[in-house]
Amino acid sequence: MRTIALRDALREALHEEMARDDSVFVIGEDVIAHGGPYTVTQGIVDKWPERIFETPIAEAGIVGLGVGAALAGMRPVVEIMYVDFITCAMDEVVNQAAKMRYMTGGQASVPIVIRLPCGPARLVAAQHSQIMESWFMHVPGLQVVAPSTPYDAKGLMKTAIRSPDPVAFFEYKALYVSEGEVPEEDYVIPFGKADIKREGEDATVVAIGGMVPRALEAGIALEDEGYDIEVVDPRTLAPLDMETICESVRRTGRVVVCEMDSSFAGTGAEIAAALAEQCFHDLRAPIVRVGSPHVPMPFAEELVNVTVPDAKAVANAVRKVMA
Amino acid sequence: MTLNAELSRRIYTDMWRIRLFEEEALRQTSLGSVKGTLHTYCGEEAIAVAVCAHLRDDDYVLGTHRSHGHCLAKGAPMDRMMAELFGRTTGSCRAKGGSMHIADFSRNILGANGIVAGGIGPGTGTALASKIRKSDQVSVVFFGDGAAARGPFHEGLLFGSLWKLPVIYVCENNGYQQWVPRRNVAVVDSVADMAASYAIPGVSVDGQDLEAVYGAAEEAVARARRGEGPTLIEARTYRFYGHSLGDMEEYRSREEVDDWRENRDPIKLFSAWMKERQWLGDDEDEAIQTEVKAEIVRSVTYAEESPLPSPEDVMTDVLDDEWRVSA
Ligand SMILES: Cc1ncc(C[n+]2csc(CCOP(=O)(O)OP(=O)(O)O)c2C)c(N)n1
Ligand SMILES: [Mg+2]
Repeated sequence: MRTIALRDALREALHEEMARDDSVFVIGEDVIAHGGPYTVTQGIVDKWPERIFETPIAEAGIVGLGVGAALAGMRPVVEIMYVDFITCAMDEVVNQAAKMRYMTGGQASVPIVIRLPCGPARLVAAQHSQIMESWFMHVPGLQVVAPSTPYDAKGLMKTAIRSPDPVAFFEYKALYVSEGEVPEEDYVIPFGKADIKREGEDATVVAIGGMVPRALEAGIALEDEGYDIEVVDPRTLAPLDMETICESVRRTGRVVVCEMDSSFAGTGAEIAAALAEQCFHDLRAPIVRVGSPHVPMPFAEELVNVTVPDAKAVANAVRKVMA
Repeated sequence: MTLNAELSRRIYTDMWRIRLFEEEALRQTSLGSVKGTLHTYCGEEAIAVAVCAHLRDDDYVLGTHRSHGHCLAKGAPMDRMMAELFGRTTGSCRAKGGSMHIADFSRNILGANGIVAGGIGPGTGTALASKIRKSDQVSVVFFGDGAAARGPFHEGLLFGSLWKLPVIYVCENNGYQQWVPRRNVAVVDSVADMAASYAIPGVSVDGQDLEAVYGAAEEAVARARRGEGPTLIEARTYRFYGHSLGDMEEYRSREEVDDWRENRDPIKLFSAWMKERQWLGDDEDEAIQTEVKAEIVRSVTYAEESPLPSPEDVMTDVLDDEWRVSA
């Protein structure tokens, strides 16, 4: 099978969905020039000049217009240049997009995809490095997606675009150039289906987004110590496939939950709590969480390195649950 | 369409439907049948009916926390609206929205909005959808003068103007933002003047004068349908009741309210205007009101006889549960 980068997989998904359904359109800052900072929207203007909108720097307007267009039956794919800037449009995401179906008793459908490039990359510090998945998980009516491979990114993006409800689609900037196998033919990945990225018997490592490659790296390092870990990638955080996660934990009896974002009140906290409720008696060691300390992202590399968890942090956590 | 006798009578009837619907809703609140809060439109009726008179069924309307009038003027069935206020499953939003989120998608009424200025972005977005699909549907966004302070107002108007979208921004300037007089918190008197920053026409009209609003809306809707872009209409108006239930109204004088009710009531003014033209006789006037009262009674009966929601309804309508992705 051919190998492509994650950003190319996303671009393919966009092109294919735009060809398939003429209600799909793209809106965001700099999306025509250079195809956005990440080149994901490149080439669209040549094929569908009337379905790509390059905007002023007005996030509330961008998302607000997207919500309205979606209410009118269109399928906007919104690019927010950095997830950090979505705070400028939180009303549009939370009060307008997410609650609309419920408030109207099921009359409204808001098929909007909000692309949220996230996470540390290139030392751009606190206002350009956030992740924020758990903020969105906490809002009923939102679906939250965080792919870790090109294959998942493409299949999940296609599903996101076809979904009748709003999607917060997290793209780890550090993964844009990572490569992986992606088939040529059309495929979709249903939401709420975790994927076992590595099979193992000794401990389950639940890894989210950018932590998946780090967990896999830890898996290789731990082989030498005789530990065979299983890496489970939830792929979508809302809905969250606790069934697959629990099934793995029941087999291994030990679990580490990893996220790149701050652990405090984070995604891992939800997963750990659900595990405690659902698999307490299968656990042979306390659950360990891996994540950032509760600080804004610093600038200096030395500080970033002690903030963002790496493969070593995952391996250490595994040693802890194995002890 | 010229404002002839027949259309005037229809519009006049709708003004009464709004007034009496809300006064009944207030009464039902005191009886305990309608719960939650209400923001009434009484005193501002001319604006919704004059604007919506120019709209087709497939045109979009987005509103505010004060939207019973917008819904009725755009053709939402009154019985389902009353049932919504009563919290019944037959309500427009199946008892999930209430007064502040009332919507009727069957008439392209995409909803009241509990967030001040919340409808402006989405209403500009429905207009973007019309442009992409090359349909000639227009969108109307109603909002209060308070909304003109918020970012989404400025961003919405920028996008509307930039892409020449078929949208009409209707600001209902009633001089107050909850309990604060506009003059205490605004730096320009007329919201219409703010249109200049976005290079679109800004028109200020007397919102109590039906003919004036009708004329301004006619031009704005025609301009939007021709693809020439948005208009900002400011309608100067006044609300007769408190901001919402339980408002002590310490920020305005009894005399001010009485003066508006006595001399600036849009229903009285329009009735006199029609009578001057011999378009409405006293008998007819009475017949219209009697008929509307009967409709109100029917809507209350409908609401009272409708079922209350059951506990399991709480979990539906968060997402489309039936949907499954297919390749
Ligand atoms: C963003 C936001 N801030 C505050 C409120 C609370 N609130 C509801 S209505 C209102 C006053 C709005 O004034 P205006 O826009 O002039 O509308 P009016 O009530 O006069 O019709 C306020 C402060 C809100 N609903 N939304
Ligand atoms: Mg006001």
